[in-house]
Amino acid sequence: MKSSPSIKGIVARLLLVTVGMFGFGFALVPLYDMFCDITGLNGKTNAEAFIPLAELIDTSREVTVQFVATNNDYMPWEFKPQVFKMKVHPGEEIETTFYAKNPSAKSMMAQAIPSVSPSRAASYFLKTECFCFNQQQLAAGEAIDMPLKFIVDRDLPDNVSTITLSYTLFDITNGGAIAGNSLAIR
Amino acid sequence: MGDHGPAQGFGRWLFTTNHKDIGSMYLWFSFAMFLMGGVFALVIRAELFQPGLQLVEPEFFNQMTTMHGLVMVFGAVMPAFVGLANWLIPMMVGAPDMALPRMNNWSFWILPFAFALLTSTLFMEGGGPNFGWTFYAPLSTTYAPPSVTYFIFAVHIMGASSIMGSINIIATILNMRAPGMTLMKMPLFVWTWLITAYLLIAVMPVLAGCVTMMLMDIHFGTSFFNAAGGGDPVLFQHVFWFFGHPEVYIMILPAFGIVSAIIPTFARKPLFGYASMVYATASIAFLSFIVWAHHMFTVGMPIAGELFFMYATMLIAVPTGVKVFNWITTMFRGSMTFETPMLFSIAFVILFTIGGFSGLMLAIAPADFQYHDTYFVVAHFHYVLVPGAIFSIFAAVYYWLPKWCGNMYDERLGKAHFWLSFIGLNVTFFPMHFVGLAGMPRRIPDYALQFADFNQIASMGAFLFGFSQVFFLFIVIKTIRGGKQATEEVWENPEGLEWTIPSPAPYHTFTTPPAIK
Repeated sequence: MKSSPSIKGIVARLLLVTVGMFGFGFALVPLYDMFCDITGLNGKTNAEAFIPLAELIDTSREVTVQFVATNNDYMPWEFKPQVFKMKVHPGEEIETTFYAKNPSAKSMMAQAIPSVSPSRAASYFLKTECFCFNQQQLAAGEAIDMPLKFIVDRDLPDNVSTITLSYTLFDITNGGAIAGNSLAIR
Repeated sequence: MGDHGPAQGFGRWLFTTNHKDIGSMYLWFSFAMFLMGGVFALVIRAELFQPGLQLVEPEFFNQMTTMHGLVMVFGAVMPAFVGLANWLIPMMVGAPDMALPRMNNWSFWILPFAFALLTSTLFMEGGGPNFGWTFYAPLSTTYAPPSVTYFIFAVHIMGASSIMGSINIIATILNMRAPGMTLMKMPLFVWTWLITAYLLIAVMPVLAGCVTMMLMDIHFGTSFFNAAGGGDPVLFQHVFWFFGHPEVYIMILPAFGIVSAIIPTFARKPLFGYASMVYATASIAFLSFIVWAHHMFTVGMPIAGELFFMYATMLIAVPTGVKVFNWITTMFRGSMTFETPMLFSIAFVILFTIGGFSGLMLAIAPADFQYHDTYFVVAHFHYVLVPGAIFSIFAAVYYWLPKWCGNMYDERLGKAHFWLSFIGLNVTFFPMHFVGLAGMPRRIPDYALQFADFNQIASMGAFLFGFSQVFFLFIVIKTIRGGKQATEEVWENPEGLEWTIPSPAPYHTFTTPPAIK
C-alpha cells in the first residue's frame, strides 16, 4: 500500500493513545467528582463551611431531619447523635451535637464522612459548621460533644419532606486518611 | 537473511522473532494456563459438591475463585487469541511476518513472568488475591492480603504485554497487507482482531491506571477509593468496568472472526453478509464503551442512569443478532458436513446465543436486582466464555492445526472431544441458572441445603469437562507427531491466503507478496 503511513508513524500514534488512555483513567477521578457534584448524586454535602447570607425563614413549611451515626469496621468509639430527629423550617440555622467517646486505652484520631439521603436533597443541606470538616482526636477514655450547624435551603424541592444525614466514623489513627486530601470532597 | 530455518535448541524459542514460533508459544502458554485455571475451578467445584465445608478453608476458596477468574481471562483466553493472531494474521494478509517482530518476542516473554508473580502469591503468608477477579476496593485495598502488590505488578505486566501485542497487530494489519488487499477484502478474523486491538489499546491503560491507584492507596497514602480520606469505593467500580466491559468483547470478537471463517467452509457457501459483519463488529466495539454501569445497577444509581445503561445494553443485542442471523443464513441450505471445527462452531452459535439471552435478562435493571451476584450471573458469563471464547479457540485449533503441523488430526477423537466437552459444559453450567434464580449467591464456599442437587450435578459436569481437556492435549500432541498428511488446502475449497501455502506452513511464508485477485 503506497499511501499507508509508516510503521513508525502508526506505533507513535498508538503509543500516544495508550498514554492518553492511561491519563484518562486518572481523569475519571475528577470527572466522577464533578459529575456527582453537578448532578448532586452520591449524597455528598458541601466540603467547606457555608457562609449564611441574611436568610429568610420559611415558617410555612416544616422538614424532618433525621440523624444517623455509624461506625466503620473495627472503630471502637461510641458515636451517636444527641438528638435523633427534629423538625426544622427551611432557612433557619439549627445547631445540634453528636456525642463521641473513645473507650479504648490509647489516643485515637477519627474522621466522620457525611452523606445525605435522598441524594437530590444533598445540595440543599448546607452545613455552616461541622465536626466533619476536621479530624477528631480523643485521648483514651475522653468524650466530646461535637457541634453541627446547618441550614436547609428554602429552595428544597417540595416533594422532599424528610432528609436523613448519616455520618460514618472512620478510624484514621494510623493514617487511614490523608489530611490534605480529606477536605477535597465532602 | 535469506532462507534459513529455525535455530537449534532452546535459544530458538527464547530469541525467536518468527510469528509462527511466537504464535505457538502463546498457544502452549495459554493451554498451560487453561489447565491451571481449570484445576482451580475443580477445587471450587469439589468443595461445592456438597453443602458444608469439606476440602478447603473459606479463605483458600476465595483465592481459588479469584485466581480461576484472573488466570482464565488474562492467562488462557487472551493469550490464546493473541497466539492465533500471530499465526494467522500474517498468513491471511500475505505478510512475511508481524510488523514488529522483536517487540513480539518481548510481549510474549514477559507473560510467563507475570503469571509466575501472580501464582507465587498463593504460597505467601496471607495467601493470594482473595477479592474476586473484579478486585473491588476496599476488599482489594484496605482488606487485601499483603500479596496484593504482587497482583498489581502482575496486572501491569499483563497489560503491557497486551498493549504491545495490540500495537503490533494494528501495525501489521494497516501496513503489511499484500498489494490489492483492501480493508474490505480482509478475512473477518483479521477484521475482528483489528477492532479488538483498538479496544485493548483503549482500555488496558485504564486498567493499569486503576491498579496504580490501588497501589497508591495501599502504599503511598492516597485516598482514591478510601471513603475516610474523601475517596469513593464506587469510583473503583466505575473505573474497573470502564475497562471491564470492553474487556468482555475483547474476549469474544476474535471468536466471531473464527466462526465466520469456519462456517462458510463447511456449509460450502460464502458468508451471507461480509460487510454487515464488519459493521456489526464495529458497532459492538463502540457500544461496549457506553454500557459499563450495567454491572453496577445495585450501587444506588439514579433512575436516569439505570435506564440509560439498560437501553444502551439492550442495543448491543441488535449487532449481535445481525451476526447470529448471518451465521444461520450462511448454513441455511448449505451442503453442510460436520467435521470437528464445524461442530464446535455450531455449538458456539447455539450456546453463545443462550448466554446472550441470559445477558439480556441481566440487562433489565429492575430484574437485575434479583439476579445480581447470584449463580445466574455465573451461568451467564460462563455460557458466553466457555462455549463462546473457548469453543472458538478449540474450533480454530482443529481447523488450522493441519496447516500448522502438516498432519490431519484424528476425526473420531476430535468428535469425541467435542461431545465430551459439549455435554460436560452444559451439565456444569446449565444448572447454575436454576440455583442462581433460586437465590444462591456467587463466590461462597458453602450453601443452603436446597441447592445441593444442582450443585452436585454441576460438579460432576465440571470434572467431565475438565478431564476432556486432557484428552484434547493428547489429540493435539498425537496430531503433531504424525497422522495423515494434510493437503495444501486441507479442507474442501476453503477461503483465504493461508490455504495457498504448503502444509505444514514453511518457516517463512510470503517473502514476496502474493497476488490478490
